[in-house]
Amino acid sequence: MGYNPDKPMEGRISDLGPLYYEQFFPAVIKENKGKWLWHEIIQPGVLMHKSESGAEVYTIRAGGVRLMSVEFVREICDIADKHCDGFLRFTTRNNIEFMVDSKAKVQPLLDDLKSRGNKFPVGGTGAGVTNIVHTQGWVHCHTPATDASGVVKAVMDELFDYFTSMTLPAQCRIALACCLNMCGAVHASDIAILGVHRKPPMIDHSRISGVCELPLAIASCPLGAVKPAKVEIDGKEIKTVKVNNERCMFCGNCYTMCPAMPLADPDGDGIAILVGGKVSNRISAPKFSKLVIPFLPNTTPRWPETVEAIKKILVAYAADAKKYERVGEWAERIGWEKFFEKCDIPFTEKSIDDYRLAYDTWRTTTQFKYTSHIK
Amino acid sequence: MAKHETPLLDQLESGPWPSFVTDMKHQAETKPEVWDILGQLELSYTDKITHWKHGGIVGVFGYGGGIVGRYSDLPKRFPGVEHFHTVRVAQPSSKYYSTKHLRDIMNLWEKYGSGMTNFHGSTGDIILLGTRTENLEPLFWDLTHDLGQDLGGSGSNLRTPANCIGQSRCEWSCYDTEECCYFLTQKYQDEIHRPAFPYKFKFKFSGCANDCVAAIARSDIAVIGTWRDNIRIDQAAVKEYVAGNYPANGGAHSGRDWGKFDLQKEVIGLCPTGCMWMEGGQLKIDDKECTRCMHCINVMPRALRPGVDTGATICVGAKAPILDGAQFATLIVPFMKVSKDNEFEELVNFIETVWDWWMEVGKNRERVGETMQRVGLPTFIKVMGIEPIPQHVKEPRSNPYVFWQDEEVPGGFERDVVEFRKKHAA
Repeated sequence: MGYNPDKPMEGRISDLGPLYYEQFFPAVIKENKGKWLWHEIIQPGVLMHKSESGAEVYTIRAGGVRLMSVEFVREICDIADKHCDGFLRFTTRNNIEFMVDSKAKVQPLLDDLKSRGNKFPVGGTGAGVTNIVHTQGWVHCHTPATDASGVVKAVMDELFDYFTSMTLPAQCRIALACCLNMCGAVHASDIAILGVHRKPPMIDHSRISGVCELPLAIASCPLGAVKPAKVEIDGKEIKTVKVNNERCMFCGNCYTMCPAMPLADPDGDGIAILVGGKVSNRISAPKFSKLVIPFLPNTTPRWPETVEAIKKILVAYAADAKKYERVGEWAERIGWEKFFEKCDIPFTEKSIDDYRLAYDTWRTTTQFKYTSHIK
Repeated sequence: MAKHETPLLDQLESGPWPSFVTDMKHQAETKPEVWDILGQLELSYTDKITHWKHGGIVGVFGYGGGIVGRYSDLPKRFPGVEHFHTVRVAQPSSKYYSTKHLRDIMNLWEKYGSGMTNFHGSTGDIILLGTRTENLEPLFWDLTHDLGQDLGGSGSNLRTPANCIGQSRCEWSCYDTEECCYFLTQKYQDEIHRPAFPYKFKFKFSGCANDCVAAIARSDIAVIGTWRDNIRIDQAAVKEYVAGNYPANGGAHSGRDWGKFDLQKEVIGLCPTGCMWMEGGQLKIDDKECTRCMHCINVMPRALRPGVDTGATICVGAKAPILDGAQFATLIVPFMKVSKDNEFEELVNFIETVWDWWMEVGKNRERVGETMQRVGLPTFIKVMGIEPIPQHVKEPRSNPYVFWQDEEVPGGFERDVVEFRKKHAA
């Protein structure tokens, strides 16, 4: 018996919530939960956790693409059935983790993964670049200013050696959000790839009264740039809105509230790069990512400008930062003027905050460094 | 045989990182509608703009969240994606799966959906990407009846809570993040499925200050593990690190020659509070000065461990930039016991106090962090019934504009200007 459309409420089950997690634990995890003593990354992508019981669990981490097919997930299951007693997990950064309970089982699993072409790159541990967390982009979203999966593929192809090694001063977390809504929450990433719009919304006067609550559209603008207006359509006066373009900061919040105010545009849209954020409280407090490159174009299919910009930042960071220093800690130690110089990024007024609380970021000390910016 | 030419996407099939394009083409062999996903995506690569229409409200009976409506703006050209709704399925704590369960979900999605998924969405749900409106109820029936599984959250409700890996495979987790996440997810099923809030609301549970689930950056209530006794030290293991017999930071830096491990420079010298020193060959920590940042423990996992009197720090109000700029969560409760033994009673009370207040005063589409900013932190902690402490601020205010209350000032605010003038001629 399945769903009966004639009696939709009959036999309905709701509010089950997720299944209880413990049934999905591999045996070694179930037996040793809460007993782990220490861990070691024995090679890039392979972790060993030691329990007070003496048990060990070896975790092999493979980069996942987040956007994956049913067939691909089945292949992951095949691997876990063959090597891991039918269990696996995913990390918060979309990596796939295969766990085995003895060292002897590690190499056969690694060999198996390697035999499957480039599908399961092993890495993403320690002082390297782990998987890029990202949003939907043009594959599924209605408000994006760029794609997600394609940009990530292009960037990870270029940074691949950093994924499979641990040569950086600290871990580097890269994230992509395809618009300012930031479903990907890139605002606290070492390197953030952010889709941005640069043209104010158009007003579809012919549709607006049918699809929008005008007061909500007006209230949606954080800068009061959306105002009530009247226009004539086919000789009839209709109530609509107008946008003060000079005030628009292209956040897209009006379009979220009102489908008759589209702002995406092939030339207007692109990518901004923000750097120096972090989530961890380790040594220094969590930091927001800061905007260092205001715009790069959507050059499909491989976004070469974005890829090059990120590589340049990463190479400069790898060469100059001290052991344990995250990108943001490095930039603060050397000073942001040095950051721009060392990364060869032109500084523009677009990196100077002029939104609310902007003053917090203006420099109010005589301490600075003489960089090429001072002519 | 390709239904659409995809010369731009084809260029994403080369290179060492796994290719979603190759994967989708493979899936299209058995699910031809995937060709229309690729076809429409290729067009976006040509046009440099999305081809999905704005929104669309769809769902299953009785739920106000869990499904995100989506329609193609070129349904005739790409009929396979005319409807392309997202189904959010609640993920198990820590995202462990049996292959049996994953295969069951895949079979279901092969039957009712596009054949494409996300493992996982940004908030943590399993994302089943793209199905038609008429498939939603049958899918939900099978999901609940056959798989014992449920939808996650979307819209102005409690979003699917998420946790770090916790004690199941991490030695640092100061409370059971998995159990806490599961317990509260079950407790608040109504809040997840039926929007009654001003805007979205997120819980995230991290076991320590490393915060692997980004709770402090992304959740309205962040529960981050900590302790209030002393870091446990194994002095013999400290010596092994000093001798170079154990790799620093769990081997995280082994890909590069950073020279011999230097305890003074790498641990003591980087401690943000300067509360560590060596004395007579022993590592000493003045735990009263420690702010539990995790650095020393991260560097020497075999020598140092969090204390045993553990709990969590509760921070409130993180969000991404829309609209008034990004916010990190603000520390509200420095230490709270978080335990299943009393069904997380303190945390439950805390959550419900926040909700009762926010549902009353929060404006439409205002995250709780924004409401806190609007009314001010002093008002918020008063609402929460919490005494103000220096831990609530980075530093005291530098402006003198205190909102004194009538009852705080002797004689109150009401005064007689006529009496005043008798002594002070104008």
